[in-house]
Amino acid sequence: MIPILFFFFAAVAIASGIMMIVHRNPIYCALFLILTLFAVAGLYVLLNAPFIAAVHIIVYAGAIMVLFLFVIMLLDLKSETSRQRPGGLPRILSIIMSGVLLAELVLFLRSGTANLPLVEGDLIIGSTKEIGNLLFTEYLFPFEITSVLLLSSIIGSVILARLKLK
Amino acid sequence: MEIPISYYLLLSGILFTIGVVGVLTRRNAIVVFMSIELMLNAVNLTLVAFSKQFNSLDGQIFVFFVMVVAAAEVAVGLALIVAIFRLKQTVSIDKINIMKW
Repeated sequence: MIPILFFFFAAVAIASGIMMIVHRNPIYCALFLILTLFAVAGLYVLLNAPFIAAVHIIVYAGAIMVLFLFVIMLLDLKSETSRQRPGGLPRILSIIMSGVLLAELVLFLRSGTANLPLVEGDLIIGSTKEIGNLLFTEYLFPFEITSVLLLSSIIGSVILARLKLK
Repeated sequence: MEIPISYYLLLSGILFTIGVVGVLTRRNAIVVFMSIELMLNAVNLTLVAFSKQFNSLDGQIFVFFVMVVAAAEVAVGLALIVAIFRLKQTVSIDKINIMKW
């Protein structure tokens, strides 16, 4: 069952990812990205990380993508979508370079992870309790730092949005 | 039957490359931003896969922090895009070149 689910989620993630970068309309791009995010959340469940899967859906699909859609609809991009530049040398070159990057990654994977040791022991499942325990003991300081980061980003975005231009 | 970790890493590499292609080829700043999100997701998938491989939760904690950074980055980045749109009436990255020379 797990292999079928893995290949299903992987196919959905890759297909909707490709659709995201080729579709002309930014709103459809955002919707395809949401589909990719859901597929990745399914993969997290297969990897024994239910808490991360839930947070992933809530934060990405629930908050970040709503923000994206909100901005897309706020800025009237109708005229933008119709006059995208056609092909050209830079586009072909960038696709070739990305292919080189993928080949490098695959080569690296083949040489590096061929015989990784599987750590034995009790199976750890990333439940809310376990993650919360770690976050508030071992990772307490980074956890507090993230709150400062979020505060500064809130202040920064409010200032940027209220900026008086000209 | 278990899926070997290399499958997850390969999938994450493909997703990362799709994100790179999106950043390099798209001209709409918002879609470029979404491609960056896709790249962050690919890295998160790698971290969770290694977390399972080594039977430890540290990778999942890192995913948590990466999500926080992504959320902060999106908030500031979209505010920047809105400010640029109000200034220049466009979000095409070909026309936003005031810091180029």
